[in-house]
Amino acid sequence: MHTATQPIDNGVNVTALLGAREALAQAPAAARFTWRAHCDWVRGTHSRIAIEDFHGLGETQQHRSRFTFEADHPEVFAAEDHGPTPVEYVLVGLAACLTAGVAAVAQHRGIQLRSVKATVEGDMDIQGILGMDPEVRSGFDDIRVGFEIDADASRADIEALVAQSQKRSAVYDLLTNPTHVKVEVK
Amino acid sequence: MKTVTAVVVGAGHAGLAMSHHLARHGIDHVILERGEVANAWRHQRWDSLRLLTPNWQTRLPGQAYAGPEPHGFMGMAELIAFLDDYARGLSAPLHTGTEVISVRQAENGYLVVTNQGDWRCRAVVMATGACRLPVVPALAADLPPWVNSLTPLDYRNPGQLAPGGVLVVGASATGVQLADEIQRSGWPVTLAVGEHLRLPRRYRGRDIQWWLEQAGMLDQRFDEVEDLARARRQPSPQLLGSTESLDLDLNALSERGVRMVGRLVGLAGTRLQFSGALAVHCQAADLKLARLLDNLDAWASVHDCHAALPAPERPAPTRVPQRPCLGLDLAAGEIKTVLWATGFRPDFSWLEVPVFDARGRLLHDGGVVAPGLYAMGLPFMRRRKSGAIHGADDDARELSAHLAAWLARTGRRHASFA
Repeated sequence: MHTATQPIDNGVNVTALLGAREALAQAPAAARFTWRAHCDWVRGTHSRIAIEDFHGLGETQQHRSRFTFEADHPEVFAAEDHGPTPVEYVLVGLAACLTAGVAAVAQHRGIQLRSVKATVEGDMDIQGILGMDPEVRSGFDDIRVGFEIDADASRADIEALVAQSQKRSAVYDLLTNPTHVKVEVK
Repeated sequence: MKTVTAVVVGAGHAGLAMSHHLARHGIDHVILERGEVANAWRHQRWDSLRLLTPNWQTRLPGQAYAGPEPHGFMGMAELIAFLDDYARGLSAPLHTGTEVISVRQAENGYLVVTNQGDWRCRAVVMATGACRLPVVPALAADLPPWVNSLTPLDYRNPGQLAPGGVLVVGASATGVQLADEIQRSGWPVTLAVGEHLRLPRRYRGRDIQWWLEQAGMLDQRFDEVEDLARARRQPSPQLLGSTESLDLDLNALSERGVRMVGRLVGLAGTRLQFSGALAVHCQAADLKLARLLDNLDAWASVHDCHAALPAPERPAPTRVPQRPCLGLDLAAGEIKTVLWATGFRPDFSWLEVPVFDARGRLLHDGGVVAPGLYAMGLPFMRRRKSGAIHGADDDARELSAHLAAWLARTGRRHASFA
């Protein structure tokens, strides 16, 4: 149990997040965000993606620096393996999103975290992407997330923490619910 | 033009309870009712419906259940008789067949326009019900024409359904009850389950309502809860009014052959899409239930009832299909009817006063809407029990006192009323 002499600190500014909730309730238009990635083909299945700017709170926002990512496929796909596969980036997104949620919810609920580890696995049948069988979908048919959490809380409280994180997670929502996707050639 | 100090709109349990308390304050008022007493209970409920509260709890100001089955659950005929009887004991004039067309602000009060003439009044109490309109997702409009789309307000019994499978959307009180009834009738049911509230009918030998009432949970006030908006959005619990103490949780429905799928989230062409989040919704409901039962056990220990009651028990975790179905093509013809158990909302379309938020929801502070304008019977309006029949007494007592104080402060009557 935590005591008053050791304040809970998971590095999450809950006060700021709750303040944002209040402010956005007054100005819901500012809550509309647009996230953006810029992708450049290199060669083969290798691409380089940059992330720098996004839109939110009514204006264009900048990350503190420009982040770049390599995406490719492994050698068993007859590729050069310059980076993770795109589907692995999806797992990265899910793991990071659920973990951030665990930290935020724990802070809000007064639970001190010591370590949070997650392993995320996605299964797919590559007959789908190879176009071998129209019955097989291209994407994941199962995703599993395993959390190992060391915290000052009961198992039930930790389970509730993880459940609440799923409820609020953007990437979890994206993977479990359909999304309109429009692709066009400019 | 007729004049009166207060107009109560609606002669359901909430309006009748308010009339009782207004009379105690000596406030002259009328009740205007579009149909008859208990109109929605008469005309907009399915045949087998019973209240979710046991008879001993089904009480109105000054009147408790006095029949032979305090632990039973009223069907609609009994409830209508109970409300009819209550209405006969009230002193205020009750104008049935009087539909309110609009309520507007007027000098020093309100103008109530009805199909039977107009009323000028100082105060209006809106007791028209929290479940006047079904909430149906927009995609319902895109269902293919061969699928019947039905709301619980139109549903009466399985006999009216087209032969074939039924998709019940929503697993709160209405959804689980209708899924159960339709599955038993022989039509295969698929139940789309989102966030829900799991609750056993009985716990440690007592009705769950006994626990919630005794432990003070139903009296929890709107100005005490941490997140009121969330508390007001809380779905109705998975309960059935039944003396056989039948649990109507998802395990029970699965055992009877109901197929569980995730929340209905899309319709692409003729293909229904279900969320892959069924497991977490079920787990969250199990965790919430465990927390509630822990709190009830703790209450029993502190209040010395622990020894007198059977030992604590925990219901089995909700069993979720290993690989729930994520999509169903309506073109396959398996589903003939979609039943929208996706919630209800009140209808204030007749209220021509600027008291709504950006999404058209009524703004109110514990039922106080504007000077002289009050609501009754809305979910968690002043207390957790506000939406229930037995919740009307305390709310009507407080709001009638508020109304009386406001009249005293501002002068009881408009000059032209004298």
